[in-house]
Amino acid sequence: MIAATLNAYIVISALLFAIGFLGVLVRRNTLIIFMCLELMLVASTLALVAFSRFNGTMDGNVFVFFILTVAAAEVAVGLAIIVAFFRKRQTVQVDHIDALKN
Amino acid sequence: MANFLFLFFAGFTVVCAAGIVLNRNAVNAAMCLLLCLVGVAGLFVRLDAFLLAFLLLLVYAGAVVALFLFIVMLLDTKGGTTPARSALAKGAGLVAFALLAAGVASLALKGRLAAPAAGSEPAVGASLKLYADQLFTLYLLPVEIVGFILLIAMIGVIVLSRKETGAS
Repeated sequence: MIAATLNAYIVISALLFAIGFLGVLVRRNTLIIFMCLELMLVASTLALVAFSRFNGTMDGNVFVFFILTVAAAEVAVGLAIIVAFFRKRQTVQVDHIDALKN
Repeated sequence: MANFLFLFFAGFTVVCAAGIVLNRNAVNAAMCLLLCLVGVAGLFVRLDAFLLAFLLLLVYAGAVVALFLFIVMLLDTKGGTTPARSALAKGAGLVAFALLAAGVASLALKGRLAAPAAGSEPAVGASLKLYADQLFTLYLLPVEIVGFILLIAMIGVIVLSRKETGAS
């Protein structure tokens, strides 16, 4: 039993994506930027599940399954890169990640 | 009642998501991410995707947020010494957010998504048998590939986090 419309779920999903996008753009701490990236991924999975539920198909659900798996791998590798960077430069602020600049 | 639950979880999720962006402290931001994921899992339950709600809590709230907290505490980054981001960068970010939010608003006000009425379709996501049926027949190759990706990620993390000894 679902009461809300598909439109409502898509709006919530898009709003979450927009908030994550804002966080990626305005925050300086790499860890928080990474958290906001995860938020954007979760927002997209919400849209997929909503589409799947309202159309009575299984494809969106299975795709979310794969997104969860790949996101777990991505977080592990991303955090390892951040730790490796911190070892070299003693900071995780994006302003200091400028080795390729100029 | 059903609509109240949707509104509650949706509002809770959006407020916690804003908390991630607005919190100065990285530990508090990770806690907001945790609450936000719990809200999304609630929305999944409202959409009858019980397995995915459970997996979201298990993988994201359990493993990923714990990993984030672990790294935040390990690195122990004290803010305050770095200068604030320039007003131009902040303004550009806010403009981009405003554009996306305007898109959301137009979707909410004028969007006409061609979907069947709520509840007219069967809740296929509630059936574990259907997941197994799909994952082990149609999506067997992607399942194998994802397993391989996890293996590569594990090896990659071990290589990345190895202490450089200078030898070799």
